Amino acid sequence: MPRYIVSRLVATALMALLATLVIFLIANMVPGDPVLAQLGDVAASNKAFVAEWRAKWGLDLPLWERYLIFLKGLLHGDLGVSIASQRPVLEDIGQYAPATIELATVGFLLSLLLGVPLGMLAAIKRDSWVDHVARAVSLVGVSSPTFWLAFIMLALFYGGLQIAPGPGRLDPIAFSPPTVTGLFLVDSLLAGDLESFRDAAAHLVLPSIVLAAATLGLITRTTRASMLDNLHQDYVRVARAKGLREGRIVNGHVLPNALIPIVTLGGLAYANLLTGAVMTETVFSWPGLGRYTFRSAEALDFPAIMGITLVVALTYLLINLVIDLSYALLDPRVAR
Amino acid sequence: MTAFDQASATLAALAPARSKGQRWRRRYGIAAIGAAIILVWVLIAILCSYLTPYSPDTVDVSIRLRPPSATHWLGTDELGRDVLTRLLYGSRISLFTGLVVVLLGGAFGTLVGGAAAFMRGRGEELIMRLTDLVLCFPPIILALAIAAALGIGTRNTIIAMLVVWWPKFARLAHSLVLVQRSQEYVEAAVVVGLKPARILLRHIIPNAVGPLIVLVTLDLGNAIITFAGLSFLGLGVVPPTPEWGSMVAEGRELVEQWWVAAFPGFAILSVVLGFNFLGDGVRDWLDPKARQR
Repeated sequence: MPRYIVSRLVATALMALLATLVIFLIANMVPGDPVLAQLGDVAASNKAFVAEWRAKWGLDLPLWERYLIFLKGLLHGDLGVSIASQRPVLEDIGQYAPATIELATVGFLLSLLLGVPLGMLAAIKRDSWVDHVARAVSLVGVSSPTFWLAFIMLALFYGGLQIAPGPGRLDPIAFSPPTVTGLFLVDSLLAGDLESFRDAAAHLVLPSIVLAAATLGLITRTTRASMLDNLHQDYVRVARAKGLREGRIVNGHVLPNALIPIVTLGGLAYANLLTGAVMTETVFSWPGLGRYTFRSAEALDFPAIMGITLVVALTYLLINLVIDLSYALLDPRVAR
Repeated sequence: MTAFDQASATLAALAPARSKGQRWRRRYGIAAIGAAIILVWVLIAILCSYLTPYSPDTVDVSIRLRPPSATHWLGTDELGRDVLTRLLYGSRISLFTGLVVVLLGGAFGTLVGGAAAFMRGRGEELIMRLTDLVLCFPPIILALAIAAALGIGTRNTIIAMLVVWWPKFARLAHSLVLVQRSQEYVEAAVVVGLKPARILLRHIIPNAVGPLIVLVTLDLGNAIITFAGLSFLGLGVVPPTPEWGSMVAEGRELVEQWWVAAFPGFAILSVVLGFNFLGDGVRDWLDPKARQR
C-alpha cells in the first residue's frame, strides 16, 4: 500500500511538471500574436512602442529562458500578470473560483442525488417504464448542447414564465454578503442574512440544473450498468438463498459494491463540471472561472490562459490522484 | 425502415420486452431510428440549396426578428435572414467537422496506440505517457486555448480539436491490440515471416476493430457538440457562415425572440441523438456482453 501511494504521488508530480511545459509551449509556439490582439492595429504599427511593450512582458527573451522564468515564478505561486486586467493571474483566479466552485458543487450534488437512485431503480426494475425513462433522460441529457439548454431554461423560466430569477449570482440591486469563503450560500448564512441566502439559492437553480444535465446522464448509466453487473453475482444469489429481504440485499450488499465505478466517474465528472461551466457561465453571466477563461482566450491574454489551464490541469491531476487512492481503499486488490 | 418496423419498435419500447426476438427488434429499432435521423441530415446537407427559396446570408433588416410564419417557417434572425435556411445550410459544416475530427483523430490515435502496443518497450512507454499527458487536460479548455492561439476559423478549430481528440482512441487501440497480440494467429503470422506493419494493419487491427467502431459512432455526436460549443464561444466559424453553435450564440440574449437560438439547438440535439442511438445499437450488435444488459 505505501509503495502504491508513493508511486502515484511521483507519477502525479511528474505529470504536473510536464503539464507546465505543454502549457508554456502552447502559449508561446502558436502563430497568434499577443501584440496585435492587445494593442490593436494602430499601436502595433509603432515599432518602438511595440519593442518596449515586448521587453516589458519579457517577450524578447529566448524561449527556454522564458520557460525557466515561468517555472521559477510558479514555485513562488506567481502565475504572471494578466495582460488584460493588469492584475496577478492568481488573484484573478482566486476572485472568480468561488462562484464556479459553488455552481459546480450544487450541480454535482444534484446529478448525484438524482442519478444514483434513478440508475438503481432502472437496474432493479429492468425493462420497466422506469428503465425507459432513465434511458431517455440520460440520452437526452448527454445529447443536449449545454449552451443551448442554458438558453432554453433561461428563455422558458425567466423570459416566458417569469418564475425564475435572471442571469447573475444575485439580484442586480442586492449587495453580496460579506466575503468569507466567496461562496454566497455559505457567506450569507454566516452573516445570518436569510434574504441573501434565498436570493443566491434562487439564482443557482437554473444554472445548476443545466450543469447537472450532462453529468446526470453519465451517472445514471454507470450506476445502472454497475448495479446490473453486481445483481447477477453469486453473492447475491447466496444472500437470496439464505432468505435476506430484497431491500437489504440491494442497499446492504449490491450498492456498496456497485458504487466503486461511480466514485471513479464521479470524481472525473466533478472535474468536468468545473470546466463545463464555460458554456453555462457565459449564458448565465455567472462571474466564475468559465467566463474568465473564455474572455482571456478571446483577448489572447497568454498569462491568464496559461494560468487558468495550468490550475485546471493541476486540479484534474489532483482529483485523479484522490480517485486512485480512494479506489485503493475501496478495493484493496488495486494497491497490490 | 418500414412503417411496420417503426410501429413495432415503438410498441416494443413501450411494453417490457419478453421474448428474445422482441428485445432484438427493440435494439434494432433504436439504431434504425438513429440511422434514419442521420440519413435525413445527410440528405439535407447535400440538397439544402434546393430545399429553400432563400439564401443563407441575404441580409434584409426590414424583416428582422420576425416570429415563425408561413413565409419564414422558423422566423428570421437579427439581420432578417431566414432561420430555417441557415439551419439547413448549417448541417453541412457540422457533419463535415464531426466526420473530419473523428475520422482523422480516430485513425491517428488508433495507429499510434496500436503501434505502441505492438512494439512494446521504450517506444510504447513514451507514446502512452504522451497520451496520458494530453488526457490530463480537460479537453474543452485545452481546445479553447489552442483554438484561441491559432486564431478563429474552421480549419484552426479542427486542428485544435484533433490535438485533444486522438488520445482516447490511442488508449482504446492500445488495450485492444495488447489483447490481440498474445493470440496464436499473431504468433503464426510472425512465424510465417510477415512484416510487422502488415501484421498490425491487416491482421490485428481488423480483429480489434469492433469497440473502435462503437467509439467512432458515439464520438461523432460528441465532436459535433464540441465544435458547436467552440463556435458558440466565438472560435469556430467566421461569420456569416451558417453554423448551429454560432446561431445559438447570435440569439442567446434574445429571450423574447426565442426562435433565433432555440431551433439551431434542436438541430444539434437531433443529430447528436441520432449518433447516440446508432452507437448504442452498434454496441449491442458488436458486443454480446452489453446486449445482455
